[in-house]
Amino acid sequence: MIRLPLVLMFSALLFSAGVYGVLARRNAVMVLMAIELMLNAVNVNLVAFSSSLHQMSGQVFALFIIAVAAAEVGIGLAIVILLFRTRESINVDEVNLLKW
Amino acid sequence: MPLDNVVFWVFAPLSVATAIGMIVVRNAVHAALFLVVNFFTIAVMYLLLDAPFLFAVQIVVYAGAIMVLFLFVIMLLGVDRGDAPGERLLGQRTTAVILAVAIVAELATAIRAGIGFTTRAPGGFDAVNPGGNPSALADVLFRDYFFPFEVTSILLIVAAVAAMVLALRRSKSLSQREIETHAGDDLEAYGLAAPGAPGTVGEPSR
Amino acid sequence: MIDAPRVELWAILPVLMLFGGGLIALLASGFARRAAQAPFALFTLAALAAAAASALWLWNRETTTALEGMVSIDRLAVVATLALCGIGAFGAYLGFHYFERDDFRRNEFYALLLFALGGMALLVAAADLIVVFLAVEVLSLALYVMTALTFRRGPTEAAMKYFLLGAFASAFLLYGVAMSYGASATTSVQGLARALTGVGGSQPLALVGALLLVVGLGFKVSLVPFHMWTPDVYQGAPSPVTAFMSAATKVAVFVAMVRVLDVAFGSLAWDLAPAIAVLSAGSMILGSVLAIAQRDVKRMLAYSSVAQAGFILSSFVSPEREGIAAALFYLISYSAAVVGAFGVVMLISGGIREQTGFERFRGLGRRQPVLAALLSVFLLSLAGIPPTAGFVAKVLVFGAATSAGYWPLVLIGALASVAGAFFYLRVIALMAMQEPRGVDIADPSPLPRLVLAVPAVTVVVLGIVPGVIVPLLQEAGVLTW
Repeated sequence: MIRLPLVLMFSALLFSAGVYGVLARRNAVMVLMAIELMLNAVNVNLVAFSSSLHQMSGQVFALFIIAVAAAEVGIGLAIVILLFRTRESINVDEVNLLKW
Repeated sequence: MPLDNVVFWVFAPLSVATAIGMIVVRNAVHAALFLVVNFFTIAVMYLLLDAPFLFAVQIVVYAGAIMVLFLFVIMLLGVDRGDAPGERLLGQRTTAVILAVAIVAELATAIRAGIGFTTRAPGGFDAVNPGGNPSALADVLFRDYFFPFEVTSILLIVAAVAAMVLALRRSKSLSQREIETHAGDDLEAYGLAAPGAPGTVGEPSR
Repeated sequence: MIDAPRVELWAILPVLMLFGGGLIALLASGFARRAAQAPFALFTLAALAAAAASALWLWNRETTTALEGMVSIDRLAVVATLALCGIGAFGAYLGFHYFERDDFRRNEFYALLLFALGGMALLVAAADLIVVFLAVEVLSLALYVMTALTFRRGPTEAAMKYFLLGAFASAFLLYGVAMSYGASATTSVQGLARALTGVGGSQPLALVGALLLVVGLGFKVSLVPFHMWTPDVYQGAPSPVTAFMSAATKVAVFVAMVRVLDVAFGSLAWDLAPAIAVLSAGSMILGSVLAIAQRDVKRMLAYSSVAQAGFILSSFVSPEREGIAAALFYLISYSAAVVGAFGVVMLISGGIREQTGFERFRGLGRRQPVLAALLSVFLLSLAGIPPTAGFVAKVLVFGAATSAGYWPLVLIGALASVAGAFFYLRVIALMAMQEPRGVDIADPSPLPRLVLAVPAVTVVVLGIVPGVIVPLLQEAGVLTW
């Protein structure tokens, strides 16, 4: 059995790495990846609680979060591509879409 | 040292290292590859934390589907388009570091103070996992959480439609008239690019 | 075999009407993407009427939870759903007019509007944090796309910003859910309340969880310091979408906050109140001060909505019955005023390439007396000047904060209101006193003026006789668990 506080600290580290990534990166795709990192940290947290509370619901939440994360990535990347096209259609050498 | 502790101490530092790698490298493809490794290490954590089903889902959905989608878009937009040098706002990186450290500190305090008070169900984890983890998960998912499950289906419909609406436009759906509307488009008219405007997060786009 | 769950679908009939309507509108728009919009708009209004009717049908039900404790049936949800349906109807009509005027047909708009409203109607009834999260996601995903729906560069950039910061906020919300789960071994609102009042819960974890939840929800209602997206998104989004989201999102998320803060974390109210007071004061001050510096009406209204969120939040320091009723009254009067204000801005800005700088409003009183008068009413209500509903709303929320002993917060609020009155009145002065310049690009059609008179009348009537709805709101504010 791994001690619960250890896992929670681990997930807190991953989460704040994600927070840093979101705030410090300028490339929209990379910001989205950092958000995925944060969601994964939350999942680790939930599964750790589920394991220590001897309950299944934490794992069910993690499953929901994975589904929602997939949906979010789909929309986010669609917006990135739309932004790319909109800017490209105006002036090709002005494309610096991945900053926001 | 029991085996699962050994596995934890191998994979947890690796996971944190790849996470940090992901947020500091400049090249988008390198970042994506760091993230794939990170997703795998997290899958291993699920295995250690009595969630073998999520271990499989993590690898199939995250390391498989989501990362392929990321790489696809990165390749589509051009591999060399990594992170631009410089900062979005003055001092943003410092703020980010301070905020990240503050979050860890806050959570650490709460974890130290708060663990161990929660009542636990009696018996081991195996007691709530009769017939194996996927079956027990399905039991809870389709009885207690059937309604959120249905809401997720609506969410996925919205997401699928949304992605289609956003991405479909360039084909025949864009009339000549709309293209002309675009031609006269100009960022300054929206004030979105106004440099130094209060509250603007983004930097001015040239 | 597992035991079959109890499927009490009647409990979420309004949500089903909205999602069902959204699915039908979606199917139809797949076949008729470029067809006339009028049938879609009429169908949307019909779906909203059905949802409102089924919400009313739930008014006299016994307060309880349904669907395995996932949603609650109570009068708070009914009142909020009715308000949302009203806002949705104006959003649908304004969108219809906006796209019709430029012959720029986006029939998916109606499906997305109904999905967003379905998510909001679910959010106001959610009795479990996991449903709160899923409902917030449904409404956010629909709003991101509605923001980008004209595919022009400004709206697309706004959608990008909205999406990235919204997803960032969702991660905080989820961390909050995870911490609350760890603290109490449950995510149901009632279960949390029980665990945290007894000895089974972990207070430090729950406190962190509650704060993270406030961060996540605070992003959605644009509280300082989570308001960074608001000016860009409100300005970049098409005006009808801005009108809809500024009002409806606030109603839905604040009602969810009532459940989360007053019920689930009710026993931590003493610890949470200072944090809430700080957020509220920050939003009131910064929103009002930054609004003064704006030269664009949409942007100014965006900062004003930051300040308004602070005013609404100030009633949350008192978890009493009048606190909830005050918040509901404020939400309704704010919604009417802000939908109307963005509606008038949409008509003045002249078409899909919106021009909303101050120069557009110069001398509007001479050219467009009706529009200028309507906008003045809405701005006066937002400023909180009698005899409009905004004044009564401010009195009610400040009363609630005072009775909880937070008089410094009320003092800050009063000062912020004075600062706020300055920039609202400046626009009115601009319209009334100055000479018009340039060409008049305002929309001449009479029907939108007639429709926008409805929120104007609402604002004035609620300002003169607030008694018509206050007793109802007080009944809705009784949360028995």
